[in-house]
Amino acid sequence: MIRTVLAVTFLWLTTLGAWAQDNPTPDRSATGGAQTLADIMARQDAMKLDDRFRSENLGDPESAADITQQLGTLGGQSDPDLWRALRYDAADVTTQSRGPAATTLIQDGGMQWLAFREGRLLRWGGYLLLGTLALLGVFYLIRGRIRIDGEKTGRTITRFKAIERFGHWLMAGSFVVLALTGLISLFGRKFVIPLLGHESFAVIALGAKWVHNNISWAFMIGLVMVFFMWVLENIPNRHDLKWVAVGGGLMKKGVHPPAKKFNAGQKVVFWSVILLGGSISISGLSLLFPFELPMFAKTFSHLNDLGITGLIGMDPLPAQLTPQEEMQFAQAWHAIVGFVLMAIIIAHIYIGSVGMEGAFDAMGSGEVEEQWAREHHSLWVDEVKAKNANQSATPAE
Amino acid sequence: MRTMLLAFACASLIAVIAYFGLNAAGFDAASSTAGPSVRLSE
Repeated sequence: MIRTVLAVTFLWLTTLGAWAQDNPTPDRSATGGAQTLADIMARQDAMKLDDRFRSENLGDPESAADITQQLGTLGGQSDPDLWRALRYDAADVTTQSRGPAATTLIQDGGMQWLAFREGRLLRWGGYLLLGTLALLGVFYLIRGRIRIDGEKTGRTITRFKAIERFGHWLMAGSFVVLALTGLISLFGRKFVIPLLGHESFAVIALGAKWVHNNISWAFMIGLVMVFFMWVLENIPNRHDLKWVAVGGGLMKKGVHPPAKKFNAGQKVVFWSVILLGGSISISGLSLLFPFELPMFAKTFSHLNDLGITGLIGMDPLPAQLTPQEEMQFAQAWHAIVGFVLMAIIIAHIYIGSVGMEGAFDAMGSGEVEEQWAREHHSLWVDEVKAKNANQSATPAE
Repeated sequence: MRTMLLAFACASLIAVIAYFGLNAAGFDAASSTAGPSVRLSE
């Protein structure tokens, strides 16, 4: 279900401009049915264009002229027919290469993908990250560091065991590296080359790609570890509503809504990491093994069958994609979800370090100040205390 | 903090193992993307 929602959002974002404008069928009588200047201009303006007059005009081998007549040796297909067939991936192509994409000689999705990757993706992704940093800066100026309100006890309580911290840092460390190397790959041409030159960037890009491809496995392992270690404690409960109602007490000194081991804010981060991180992992695997894990055509087909595209006023999504188009969708999706997760993680890093006194200790040493724990996870402290009391009351066997 | 550093070291180790392991298992991105020769059918 979530994958479906995300896919619709993605399609809506990437194709909104093209769907927004419709183009009436031009009069092609002057060209004998071939494309006109109006067709070419409409295509250049990214307008929706019914080009069946080209895609279905591929000649007819059945009506091939006799070999002694004109065009007979071409089997009923003229050169333009053949080029149109190549253009629409309808030609019968044989290759010595056995790669899945080898028989698709021309596909024009690449230009749309390139325009998106170098335009809207960079612009809006950049705005999202810079906007997040700016918001956190404003929040810090207004609220300052969230201090421990009560008097410190000097006692500590174990918040996370070593295996939990290991899983967290395995995932977190690799995610930071993945984010940085991903940003280098995405923004390098625009920002690194003008600064350092082509030769330097070539080395950086090559290294970034190697690191990005291979450290992704550590991220996926960490993701699985974290999911199984914390999923039960991240199931929403009624206390989360109270926490959300007072904004977690983040905006006001002295407000401390009750929470178990994870509060509602942490649960949002957890499920964002699991769902978005999972989606990034799947699209990343598709990119890691080119053409081997196509998934968008199937997803689009399901969306069409469920009638979701019709519900939101969209035309049916393309249920048949060339292998290259699958890769383009995978890259775009990988980057979009990556940007969203980066923004969430930047906020998580802020609140877990400079934003809140005592928070880093939870993942640093695993031991937190008892007063900090009482203020932010009061119900969890009660549970831990009760458990410890039971254990100490039980006589040794 | 030691756990954090250990996790970072493990992430690096996993990356190296993944690189050599996948190559040894025959996974090579280049083999899927290369298309050295194309011809149209008769």
